[in-house]
Amino acid sequence: MRWNDWAEFWVMGGYALYVWGSVGATVLLMLIEVWVAKRQHLQTLSMLQSNHPSSTHQGS
Amino acid sequence: MNQGWFYYAAPQTFYGLAGKLWPWFALLASLLAIAGFWIGFMVAPTDAQQGEAYRIIFLHVPVSWMSMIIYLAMAFWSVLGLTLNTRLSAMMTRALAPTGAMFAFLSLWTGALWGKPMWGAWWVWDARLTSELILFFLYLGYIALTSAIDDTRRADRAGALIAIVGVINVPIIYFSVKWWNTLHQGASVSLTRAPSMAQLMLWGMLLMALAFWLYTFALVFYRVRTIILERERHTDWVNALPEAKGSTNS
Repeated sequence: MRWNDWAEFWVMGGYALYVWGSVGATVLLMLIEVWVAKRQHLQTLSMLQSNHPSSTHQGS
Repeated sequence: MNQGWFYYAAPQTFYGLAGKLWPWFALLASLLAIAGFWIGFMVAPTDAQQGEAYRIIFLHVPVSWMSMIIYLAMAFWSVLGLTLNTRLSAMMTRALAPTGAMFAFLSLWTGALWGKPMWGAWWVWDARLTSELILFFLYLGYIALTSAIDDTRRADRAGALIAIVGVINVPIIYFSVKWWNTLHQGASVSLTRAPSMAQLMLWGMLLMALAFWLYTFALVFYRVRTIILERERHTDWVNALPEAKGSTNS
């Protein structure tokens, strides 16, 4: 590791706003994308289950 | 495998295959992202000219590559869809678009955050930046157009045309730094000459690029399964799935 301590790591030589602004946006958008994809999949599954031909399976 | 590619091009078989594959791609993507982040942000030395701000390269270059590669993939699937009329092609194109749009946005965002400390400007109307902005608009245009047309087949065809016509923009982005006198620096990695960067920096960047590539595979495979279920919801095979019956699902 090339940093002497964590404080130096977070400060990023004075470019913290730019470096962490890039990292933060990337991580945030990826998390949102995964969350949206998961939600859409679950919504589709529940749509399939409620429209299933054998609706007797429904109940729980 | 002996049934060939067309066997896996059937939505029914691809649904199963994609379901088996995406968790592995997700796992590998996470491991490579951790390794890439470690090298890029913890181990790689400070850049002599740009100080620590250069570390944005470990995100900016991989997301920019992905924004172009995903558009190429969308054009590829669109050509296949229009010529061979395979159902899976349009589903893949649709599944790719949101991730491509996200990477194009991140390319512009990280670029702005790099441009400000280095050039003194968040944005300039330079050939590289402008063509990448057009790529972002092409993704948005594709998503808006395909979701505005109710008829799935017509939406797919219209989307395929946008994807194919718009692909001309990808080489323009790539070669813009050569063809025009731009503020944007030239390619850091080239196929024809040795990379103009230190080994460790190169490794950090390549690991991140590979991680984003696998992330894209995982997410697109996951998303295409949702699309397959929606489009094939009236078929017997979908209704025979345990997850469609809701009996085994919590």
